[in-house]
Amino acid sequence: MKGILSTSLNKVVPPVALLVVLIAIWQIATVVGEIPAFLLPSPFAIVDELVQFFPAISSATRVTGTNALIGLVAGAILGILVALVANFVRLVDSLLAPLVAAIAVVPIVALAPILYSMFGANSELSRQIIAGIAVFVPVFANTLRGLGQVLPVQRDLMRAYAASPLQVARTVTIPAALPFVFTGLRIASSLAVISALIAEYFGGPRTGIGSFITTAASGSNYSRAWAYVLGAILLGLIFYGVTLAAETFASRHRRR
Amino acid sequence: MNQLNPTIPGIPAVDVSGVSRVFSTKRGEVTALDGIDLTIAPGEFVSLIGPSGCGKSTLLRLIADLDQPTTGSINVFGTPAGIARQNQKYGIAFQQAGLLPWRTVTGNIALPLELHGVGKTARTQRVSELIEMVGLTEFAGSYPDQLSGGMQQRVAIARSLAEKPELLLMDEPFGALDEMTRERMQAELLRIAAESKAAVVFVTHSIPEAVFLSDRVVVMSPRPGRITGVVPVSLSRSASSDAEALREDTAFFASVTAVREELHGESSGASARGVDLR
Repeated sequence: MKGILSTSLNKVVPPVALLVVLIAIWQIATVVGEIPAFLLPSPFAIVDELVQFFPAISSATRVTGTNALIGLVAGAILGILVALVANFVRLVDSLLAPLVAAIAVVPIVALAPILYSMFGANSELSRQIIAGIAVFVPVFANTLRGLGQVLPVQRDLMRAYAASPLQVARTVTIPAALPFVFTGLRIASSLAVISALIAEYFGGPRTGIGSFITTAASGSNYSRAWAYVLGAILLGLIFYGVTLAAETFASRHRRR
Repeated sequence: MNQLNPTIPGIPAVDVSGVSRVFSTKRGEVTALDGIDLTIAPGEFVSLIGPSGCGKSTLLRLIADLDQPTTGSINVFGTPAGIARQNQKYGIAFQQAGLLPWRTVTGNIALPLELHGVGKTARTQRVSELIEMVGLTEFAGSYPDQLSGGMQQRVAIARSLAEKPELLLMDEPFGALDEMTRERMQAELLRIAAESKAAVVFVTHSIPEAVFLSDRVVVMSPRPGRITGVVPVSLSRSASSDAEALREDTAFFASVTAVREELHGESSGASARGVDLR
């Protein structure tokens, strides 16, 4: 346990130290170089805005975070279910594969203006749908790959046990796929936050971080815009951290 | 060849008659097995030995109904192999342990019992018996990635014995183990087989292993896979005799020589195979 702690400290300390140094250089550069705020506000100015607007920033972060979370959960459930169907019904797989490849290529946020006109400009639903579609693709692809991970020896064994298809799915196929599902979720978590946030740039209710970044920037409040960006970064890190932890937990004992 | 062990009457554990297996490949048809007749008595330990490609694993898979013969029939305890599989008449172990990495040792051994609806109490009791039998009591709660290869294979063997099968099918179960672990596992398997009174079909390509374990060694040759000879082994495997002494017994060496000669009787064919391989 101590070993794990010290190795993770070794992994954490250097990048954190680098970040601190970079911020210090940034601060010195803005002060000494007299860089104008619209070009690059100083870290202190950004933190100052962050403190001053903390309630607004945190509520905006919550709104964007909720949209991303709903999109993540809905998109993941759909992705997993469709992957299960595609795995067990080969026809569905051959029908879906090109379609999913097509979805993967479409820049999902491009749909935002269309969805706003479909679901009304005051609804958060469009943003959740955009996040959901963005999440669907990696979760579907990874789950489907995971469902194909059963080893020949395990398949032989289940046949020797005369196990029913349902028993095979429950005891071997699905557990073998789980780490892959979580890898898909980890990849999807960042996409969910990015999509939900970028969707706000294209209109809809002025509630989330994306909306406030555009408002602050167009109102020449550059350090405030950066403070909102900081909130977005934090949100992304939370999503990533939680899904990474879930993935690590699901993949324990999987060394081969 | 096609005769029952005279000491044990009744239905044979395995009865293979007139079996062939032809695989269709892109380069044409490959005869993996041809004209196989083999009868194995209840409680008998029979090894299948031969060079790669002689069809010994294919034959084992046919007995297990993991594959079907092109011609001929296979009966296990008097019923066709497919029905015997449905009725769980055999336990099986492969070269790869094939453990489920997300289950503990206990969970892996319990797997067949769980699948076949054995109650929790009976299951727990049987699993702890088996874990003790293979000497892994300390590791009951460990996951496969925390075990050595030999320990994993012992779990696989315990799992194959979970339902007290009267027939044990083993496809090079010790193939991936180092020599020392291998010898220890062989001795353990002999003890377990004697205790459970199960018939064993054991695929190997090690002559000493086949001789040490078996009542009869079935020697096979490749292309097409055929049985070229059967070498009876009579070592005095009483409960008291220890494995080390057995391995140094003159009868052991005599049988090793007999099996080797049987294998090399095909040596001209074997070298020709080596030449025209590709």
